[in-house]
Amino acid sequence: MSTLLDVENLWVKFPTRNGVFDAVRGVSFTLGRERLGIVGESGSGKSMTGRAILRLIRAPGMVEADHISLEGQDLLKMSEKEMRDVRGQRISMVMQDPKFSLNPVMTIGDQIMEAYRLHTNASKSVAYTKSVEMLEAVSIRDPERVMRAYPHEMSGGMGQRIMIAMMLIPNPEILIADEPTSALDVSVQRQVLDIMDRLVKERGMGLIFISHDLNLVSDFCDRVLIMYAGRIVEVCEADKLHEAKHPYTRGLLNSLPRLDKPRDRLEVLQRDPAWSEAPSVSGRI
Amino acid sequence: MSVNDISKGRRPKRAPLSHSLWPTLKTVLRTLGSVAVTLLGLLFITFIIGRVMPIDPVLSIVGERASQETYDAVYHQLGLDKPLLVQFFYYLWDVLHLDFGTSLLNARPVSEDIARVFPATLELASLGIVFGVVIGVPLGVLAAVRKGSWIDQIARVVALVGYSMPIFWLGLMGLLIFYGILGWVGGPGRVGIFYVDIVPTVTGMILVDSLLDSNIDVFKDAFSHIILPASLLGYYSLAYISRMTRSFMLEQMSAEYITTARVKGMSEWDVIWKHAFKNIRVQLITVIALSYAGLLEGSVLTEIIFSWPGIGSYITTALLSADMNAVLGGTVVVGLIFILLNIFSDLLYKIFDPRAK
Repeated sequence: MSTLLDVENLWVKFPTRNGVFDAVRGVSFTLGRERLGIVGESGSGKSMTGRAILRLIRAPGMVEADHISLEGQDLLKMSEKEMRDVRGQRISMVMQDPKFSLNPVMTIGDQIMEAYRLHTNASKSVAYTKSVEMLEAVSIRDPERVMRAYPHEMSGGMGQRIMIAMMLIPNPEILIADEPTSALDVSVQRQVLDIMDRLVKERGMGLIFISHDLNLVSDFCDRVLIMYAGRIVEVCEADKLHEAKHPYTRGLLNSLPRLDKPRDRLEVLQRDPAWSEAPSVSGRI
Repeated sequence: MSVNDISKGRRPKRAPLSHSLWPTLKTVLRTLGSVAVTLLGLLFITFIIGRVMPIDPVLSIVGERASQETYDAVYHQLGLDKPLLVQFFYYLWDVLHLDFGTSLLNARPVSEDIARVFPATLELASLGIVFGVVIGVPLGVLAAVRKGSWIDQIARVVALVGYSMPIFWLGLMGLLIFYGILGWVGGPGRVGIFYVDIVPTVTGMILVDSLLDSNIDVFKDAFSHIILPASLLGYYSLAYISRMTRSFMLEQMSAEYITTARVKGMSEWDVIWKHAFKNIRVQLITVIALSYAGLLEGSVLTEIIFSWPGIGSYITTALLSADMNAVLGGTVVVGLIFILLNIFSDLLYKIFDPRAK
């Protein structure tokens, strides 16, 4: 499997009044044309990892790494202008809630066309046709009407499909999906995931799927990184997640309710301070 | 019709044209209705205040030594012997015919006076608000996107000075430095003495009238007179507008759709102006409209320092000499401006915010 992205020893730091806070501490992993899940609780550094790859951590936050290589090119050595060519065109990101991640005063069409035209010299009419096709690809009915609509007229599921359309229209190689279904109803989660899965497969893209939902990730991904306190504590094949050995992963799995084994009281995760001090496990292949 | 309907495949029925016009007409009628009610309320309150004030309008006409007969005759002539409500309806009738009565001071119709003084204020306030917006908005945006940098600090100091310096002091200092010492600008008044009444009055705004008459000399002179008071007023609205712009922008720049725009690979300049700024337009309109309305009321201190014959000093003079017709007339005009600016900004809301439709 060819490596698209290679992250080595990634740190994300935020200076605070009480010294530097390390949100991500020495994370290493690679991504091929696969679906890589990153799981962890709130504050484990999973979202920060995603944003650090796109260099979206704003000052005073700092990103340090030995390298973040996209097909051999180190993103950290790029100028801001070169980085803009990477964003959208080569690596893209879908965020949690379409209610906030779409601009409320611009039409859907303008926002999608803008994403396309930023990286191509396409005329407006070409961009329009492309956008309508893309909306059809994410199963939006009557796309021409949706192009003229504003985000507040959309439901959450439609909004997220529009986000996916917008982020995939420049044909990136990598998509980072940061909790893409957490804000959606369970009934539409599956639908949105299926669409995303289909497109990622069709285009042979690499997907980083960030979530706190273990079941979802084990169903949906090929490989899973489990993060705790800014480090990777375990790396598993997704279908072997139930064989995970690390006590944190085991604890997370055991604290999930199950239909086939109902329990009065769910297990409470017992944290061991040693976990956060143990060196990060490498997710490199 | 919601887009959800569309996604379910229901084709919306197109309404016939005559029906689709009705909502617009309804909005217009409703707006006009609310304007009428607000104006009526304004007229009523100012009228009552004017009549119950412990000032005797008769005395200010006939003087203190007039005989009782003269006093009674004028009292009757002014209609003061009729019930208050009847007086109000007479007043209302006159106002509807743009007749605000006669000034007790100079025996001229108040409407003529207002037609003379209001354009002076309009000219000054408009130029002032242009300064305030053209400099204040970009300054506020810059201060927000470079939060904590030197430009933010400068913007803060500029605004602080604007908030805390009394305008009469700054005005006098400005006159002393730029007129008295440097001689860069014209002094008090609207034009120099050689240029008075040269161009025919069309709009009452000398800058506009001189251009209409293609009289560049008068324009230059009028401009050199207006520039100092206008920039002074502009400075005060700049202080307010830049602070508000900064806080609106800060709120938007931390929104998630800004991250989306950056993820798309957009330049920071476009992120700021094409995405964030579009979202603060509605709030900004309110702030600018309020500032402008404040300036149009006439800044009494500025008008006095610069001998500017505007509506602020007109109303103040009238008030001090118990010229109630003039005060009422001026108040109605100022109130009307507030109402009109409100409607105007409501209208802009609907254009700029799709959610308001």
